[in-house]
Amino acid sequence: MVAVTDFRFSLRKWLMSFLSPLDGPLALIVLAILSFSTVVMVSASPERLDTLAMNIGVAFVVMWTAARIPPQRMMSVALPLYVLGVLLLIGVALFGDVSKGARRWLNIGVARIQPSELMKIAMPLMLAWYFQSREGMLRVRDFFVAAALLLVPVGLIAKQPDLGTAILVAAAGFYVLFFAGLTWRLILPVALVGIVGIGAIVAMGDTICQPDVVWPGLRDYQKHRVCTLLDPTSDPLGKGFHIIQSTIAIGSGGVTGKGWGRGTQTHLDFLPERHTDFIFAVLTEEFGLAGALLLAVLYILLIFRGLFIAAGAPTLFSRLLAGALTLIFFTYAFVNMGMVSGILPVVGVPLPFVSYGGTALVTLCLGVGMLMSIQRHRRRVGT
Amino acid sequence: MSGIRTPEQELARFRNRLAVAGVVAVVCFALLAVRFFYLQVVRYDYYSTRAEDNRISLVPVVPNRGLIMDRNGTVLARNYSAYTLEITPSKVADLDATIEALSQLVDIQPKDRRRLKKLMDESKSFESLPIRNRLSDDEVARFIAQRYRFPGVELKARLFRDYPMGNLGAHLVGYIGRINDRDLERIEENEDSANYRGTDHIGKAGLEKSYERELHGVTGFEEVEVDSGGRAVRALRRTNATPGNNLILSIDLKLQEVVEKAFGNRRGALVAIEPGTGGILALVSVPTFDPNLFVDGIGAQDWDELNNSPDHPLVNRALNGAYPPGSTFKPFLALAALMSGKRTPGQAIADPGFYDFGGHHFRDDKPGGHGMVDMYRSIVQSCDTYYYRLANDMGIDLIASIMGQFGFGSRTGIDIEGESTGVLPSPEWKRKRFKRPEQQKWFGGETISIGIGQGYNAYTPLQLAHATATLAAGGVMYKPHLVKYIESAKDGSRRVIEPQPIKTIPIKPEHLETIRRAMVGVNKEGTGARAFAGAPYLVAGKTGTAQVFSLKGGKYSAKITERLRDHALYIAFAPADKPTIALAVLVENGGFGAQSAAPIARAVMDYYLLGKLPAGMAAEDTGAEAATGDGGGD
Repeated sequence: MVAVTDFRFSLRKWLMSFLSPLDGPLALIVLAILSFSTVVMVSASPERLDTLAMNIGVAFVVMWTAARIPPQRMMSVALPLYVLGVLLLIGVALFGDVSKGARRWLNIGVARIQPSELMKIAMPLMLAWYFQSREGMLRVRDFFVAAALLLVPVGLIAKQPDLGTAILVAAAGFYVLFFAGLTWRLILPVALVGIVGIGAIVAMGDTICQPDVVWPGLRDYQKHRVCTLLDPTSDPLGKGFHIIQSTIAIGSGGVTGKGWGRGTQTHLDFLPERHTDFIFAVLTEEFGLAGALLLAVLYILLIFRGLFIAAGAPTLFSRLLAGALTLIFFTYAFVNMGMVSGILPVVGVPLPFVSYGGTALVTLCLGVGMLMSIQRHRRRVGT
Repeated sequence: MSGIRTPEQELARFRNRLAVAGVVAVVCFALLAVRFFYLQVVRYDYYSTRAEDNRISLVPVVPNRGLIMDRNGTVLARNYSAYTLEITPSKVADLDATIEALSQLVDIQPKDRRRLKKLMDESKSFESLPIRNRLSDDEVARFIAQRYRFPGVELKARLFRDYPMGNLGAHLVGYIGRINDRDLERIEENEDSANYRGTDHIGKAGLEKSYERELHGVTGFEEVEVDSGGRAVRALRRTNATPGNNLILSIDLKLQEVVEKAFGNRRGALVAIEPGTGGILALVSVPTFDPNLFVDGIGAQDWDELNNSPDHPLVNRALNGAYPPGSTFKPFLALAALMSGKRTPGQAIADPGFYDFGGHHFRDDKPGGHGMVDMYRSIVQSCDTYYYRLANDMGIDLIASIMGQFGFGSRTGIDIEGESTGVLPSPEWKRKRFKRPEQQKWFGGETISIGIGQGYNAYTPLQLAHATATLAAGGVMYKPHLVKYIESAKDGSRRVIEPQPIKTIPIKPEHLETIRRAMVGVNKEGTGARAFAGAPYLVAGKTGTAQVFSLKGGKYSAKITERLRDHALYIAFAPADKPTIALAVLVENGGFGAQSAAPIARAVMDYYLLGKLPAGMAAEDTGAEAATGDGGGD
């Protein structure tokens, strides 16, 4: 009897010490989203459950490991990781493999890797490290240096072409600049011009999408992409088809959804890429507005926990990193849900922790692990 | 950002920004929530009806590819319908067993299996891929009787591309082949993916590639009602495909045939252009190949034979091969001398048979020399010494600038891909071409050999023909083009490719006349006289012989002596007073231009201007064919 109690006690103790690197709230939120994802995946693509389980396993190990690495160690790898990432991107541009029309993969003999994925983490690490190294003597010039560090890999990724990843990496870098104190005098006018421009395009969509109207500075296909978003029916066989079908899926879900495994759009093959970029349409078709809002709330919780960790972080480096990582999660979620529901153009951005795809999941969990590490090490370092 | 702040201020600002970020995130998510509310609550009825009705699936209807015909309507590329057996690998449990069972019903060769394996590596698993093309009626019947045994295997009626002329004009027509990753990339870049749904072939070379947009047509689609299992039940509405447009070429296929036959089994190229329009009458590169081999993936053995042949049949020599022009360069250089005032027609030199420059002895090919040589005699007798000295007097920069105007050393802009730029040598070119400083320097002695079309000079046969056509048209340069007009397959309307004058080189009529007279003299009393003996029309021409550098020849191990022989060249236009055809011929390792290249030009002129077929071809064709040559009365 005594032995049994001892055993229980030690198991409990072991479990506690095993879980101690993790941040409770973050772990619970991610667990909740992953569970929801698994439920949706059972309906969208049951044959992939085995691999999904494996991916989650790997991602958990990555998260747990990252959470144990103190922020100082992260700082020391920031520069090498960034340089490696840029070199690999140049390698891809020169010798990369072409798959589905884009040059994104690099064959390094033993495996094929996608260096742009690495850049999603390396970019905020690098910029946070850079601003940390300039702490206390920050000048306007430093923001230009940071912008250059940002634009080189973004340009290389956009050329692959992989617009989705380029946007995410650019956003990651921008967030560091933003938190480092980039002046509002620069942010506000750009944001304003953007909003007014988009507003103008939407308002005049019918006129400017006539075939004979030439858009200055843009190529025909770029015009086509914007016009398809404004009026999906103009391209029923191409990208417009995806948007039409995913909005039908979302709209027909109603408040409570059609029920698990009963989505007609999903199961009659109308939804494109239903287990990857368009999985949100499956979720909302089957679980309705309730499901969509549940997921949105989970994301908001994730973001708020992240911002909270950033607020309590002791060093400039960890503050900037935590803030940027958190906003990357936000960007993933917002861009994906926006594109699937037809308010943003279709760029290949997965729904964080929900879309099928091992690399993206590992990257995201690496980010979560880094946030956890910042939270765990907040008292041991710094001022 | 301005000024240095205390850490406390920094932290306060950072937390401020975190708050801003939090607010932005919440606002964005609220925006999404509004969008969801709009779709799922406000418009719920609409979308739920759409989803109910969404039993309609769009199936692409592939358009017929346009035909390619020569100027007289002879078909070079067409389509025919045949059955093909296709497998969807993801729907087949045991692929090898299925193929084995199929091979009991239809003939499946090892090469068919290899091709399927290759296609599987290149494509997504849910695509259906051909295991056998062009089934016989018997095979179709046998398969239909047993099709229940083969889930995931389908019989499809497909249009196949066929090149009825085979080898003839293969380099200009090109071929289509299955769409690969690189083609897909291009299709996606052009935002053409929708139009290529259902299409699995695309132009890979020649006109098939460069006019892909015209030839492909617009994909239609059929709305098909599907049952709850997703299977098609009935067709509802159909938007027909718009067939691709037909290309009608300026090529005279009979002329092309005359040329290819005249070459026999020699290697070389010929380009014939209509001066004053830029329309290409013949574009020959021999040896050639059968484009039909490429349509459904070329077999390994055929590929090896074509690709490893020392004759390089896949290379389009007319566009892609760059050769020294030899003496065919002389009329242009003479014209350049007149234009720049460095020579007058009557100015004569005494030719001792050599020219000494900088300690180097440049020899004329006539020992003892040509005696007193003026411009006329320099062209008619192809006197090297005259041009050694002229080149030295003009200097390399002046030569490069005037010859550049004739299009030497730049792409002509012909409407198929693969053109080389050639080399118009100049000190600037040399600086860019070589890396080490001692190689970058231009030596005066190098200018001397440029004068006789040797040295670094290298031009494509197309450039040479293009320059000759420009000369024939009195200095007006037209963009060379193979397609004469594009015919809409829908309503038969024609879109004529207008002659596009690129520029007019300012040449004085008397200068032009000097060169023309001399080039006519070449065929009357000079190096081309024997080849054109008894021709009832007036031809302006120039022979050329280009040295093959020993290091170039060194690559070839077989037939080495033949491969080291000089290249034979010939340029001409006729009738000399009112030209309707201009051409350039190159016979690789043909020896003297007068001997092997000029007779080919004679055959071309005889056919084009007189409608006279060469002896060998006249026997197999009836007299009616001879009437196809136009311009015969000029």
